[in-house]
Amino acid sequence: MHEMSLAENVLRLIEDSARTQQFKRVRSVVLEIGKLSSVEPDAMRFCFDAVVADSIAQGARLDIIETCGQGWCASCQCNVPVAARYDPCPLCGAYQISITQGDAMRVKELEVE
Amino acid sequence: MCVTCGCGVGQTLIGGHALRQSKRAGGTLKFRAPQAIEPLPAVEPAEIQPSRMIKIERDILAKNNDYAAENRRMLVDHGVFALNLVSSPGSGKTTLLVKTITALNGELPLAVIEGDQQTENDAERIRAAGAPAIQINTGRGCHLEALMVGQAMHRLNLSDDSLLLIENVGNLVCPASFDLGEAHKVVILSVTEGEDKPLKYPDMFRAADLMILNKCDLLPYLEFDADLAIEYARRINPDLQVIRLSATSGVGMAEWLEWITAGCQRMSRQA
Ligand SMILES: Nc1nc2c(ncn2[C@@H]2O[C@H](COP(=O)(O)OP(=O)(O)O)[C@@H](O)[C@H]2O)c(=O)[nH]1
Ligand SMILES: [Mg+2]
Ligand SMILES: [Zn+2]
Ligand SMILES: [Zn+2]
Ligand SMILES: [Zn+2]
Repeated sequence: MHEMSLAENVLRLIEDSARTQQFKRVRSVVLEIGKLSSVEPDAMRFCFDAVVADSIAQGARLDIIETCGQGWCASCQCNVPVAARYDPCPLCGAYQISITQGDAMRVKELEVE
Repeated sequence: MCVTCGCGVGQTLIGGHALRQSKRAGGTLKFRAPQAIEPLPAVEPAEIQPSRMIKIERDILAKNNDYAAENRRMLVDHGVFALNLVSSPGSGKTTLLVKTITALNGELPLAVIEGDQQTENDAERIRAAGAPAIQINTGRGCHLEALMVGQAMHRLNLSDDSLLLIENVGNLVCPASFDLGEAHKVVILSVTEGEDKPLKYPDMFRAADLMILNKCDLLPYLEFDADLAIEYARRINPDLQVIRLSATSGVGMAEWLEWITAGCQRMSRQA
């Protein structure tokens, strides 16, 4: 996945929030990145620093909360760990798993002044 | 470490093994002898700005999704049937568009948005075929975003009840995540690529509603198993429609044109 443009999208959300919430500087940004979202946290950090230079979030600390993949297997009727999207159920081998966790990529909160 | 259940969640795999984050030095730890510590000079406490936390809880793609919803609303209002064509570079997107424009021969008003990192070449190929086209150069960007497409749509002056064909940047990865407001994503897989592309790039085959298996004229010269490629694609997306086609020989073009015409009729405001 393409962290540079995702980082630009994060900055757009921050700038939106700055307009409505009236802040001048961002100290830290908390993201939730699921293991199944195909976002590479290290690449995200690198791109974020580059993208926020000269913006309201220049120098802000990026905290990334990582969540693992989980899904619901309809044939086993239980939650199972999911290593990669479209993998079969590790218990029964069926392919119809609905992802319940780990596909998010979300801006959770900001510390601002 | 994952905060929800505490498991390790490394992303990068090297030969199936997680990337090591740090190299721990072996051997015993050594301690320095304690040194006399000089007292630090007193410092004035810096003025501390009060900070506060703001909850956002928005998807990173939320802005793009907002712009895409705006595009979709405008397309629906004007009865425009929009397709987002995605594939690896060289699968034949531009060739298919040129042949489609020629085959439709003005029967259906249409316009094209061309996405490439550099050059105006593809838009020129489309204009030479007789359709209005606008080129978006994304520079380093590897996909089209809804904001770019919205602006291109305004500059194209789309006719009501028309067809809009969007050729995305050649890339099977991120265009899957960026909604442009289209009615359908159409993924083009050519038979000179591997049968297992749908398994390697599942997100794209999942996001698409139609797969065009292109360059079928080359099948006699290749060891490509078309049935297997389609089986893999449907393992990822059981509802995927498939058209076997050759943009150069014209095989399958009639089926593709029928699919387009049916979509335009569904979308049309007169319907
Ligand atoms: N043999 C054959 N070649 C094709 C076909 N469609 C496209 N090509 C060739 O594939 C190359 C790349 O095509 P192009 O349309 O530029 O691909 P794009 O990058 O997806 O837009 C060109 O040399 C085309 O002539 C096809 O159906 N059969
Ligand atoms: Mg092209
Ligand atoms: Zn199961
Ligand atoms: Zn976990
Ligand atoms: Zn991209």
